Amino acid sequence: MANVRNSARPLSPHLSIWKWGPSMAVSIVHRVTGSGMATVGTILFVWWLGALASGPAAYGAFIDLFTLSSGKLNIAGYIVGIGLTLSFFQHMASGVRHLFLDVGANFELGGNKRTALATFVIAIVLTAGFWAFLLEKSNG
Amino acid sequence: MGNGTELGRVRGLGSAHEGAHGWWHHKISAGSNLVLVLWFMLSVALLPAYDHATISAWLAQPWAAVPLILLVVSVFYHFHHGLTVVIEDYQHDHTRFVLLLLLKYFTIATATLAIFSILKIAFTAGATL
Repeated sequence: MANVRNSARPLSPHLSIWKWGPSMAVSIVHRVTGSGMATVGTILFVWWLGALASGPAAYGAFIDLFTLSSGKLNIAGYIVGIGLTLSFFQHMASGVRHLFLDVGANFELGGNKRTALATFVIAIVLTAGFWAFLLEKSNG
Repeated sequence: MGNGTELGRVRGLGSAHEGAHGWWHHKISAGSNLVLVLWFMLSVALLPAYDHATISAWLAQPWAAVPLILLVVSVFYHFHHGLTVVIEDYQHDHTRFVLLLLLKYFTIATATLAIFSILKIAFTAGATL
């Protein structure tokens, strides 16, 4: 792979000198959540499906990793479950915001900043709602 | 064509005329991901239990198995493009080449495993495994 960049010249030291703002944070978090779901999420999803297809014993072994003997989720189950849910809703909210940016809308400073902050609020509210529903169902 | 400066090497080559292709496909798959993943989360949340029999019976229905296969195609296509962009942005030289190659193997292997598993559950649910 040809490297045409002159390595003697400095790269922009962007991350280390820029003051953090909501738009920048959303962009970075979009990449982090996307990369996280694409790796950890994909492996767990395929493992889950493969275990299901292999039969009840293999599926039980998979489920045991994330549950207590009572059948309720263990710490790993909560961390992975809530982590992936929050990642998805965050990625979804910033993805939808990005579709508006793609057609040239929402570049005014005020609106751009407010929608950036809104993606975090939406992700947290949807994650809390989703898990409240799941836990309510399993306890009720 | 010049050989000295960076500008000289690319001057006159013109556009590759395919720059927007990947971007557009990323947007199309983003739209289908939105619908399919929300459907999946809602369906899983509404399942009465999470034991092997319940989930197999759910996946045995065409209205669950087919959207889940579509989800695999759409989401895996989308993350392949997304991770490609991330690798291209942060990795250079040989690492970029190796990581892009590994990403392709990873995507195709996991997608095949996922789709085969869904089909196997769909076609054999209820039968003794």
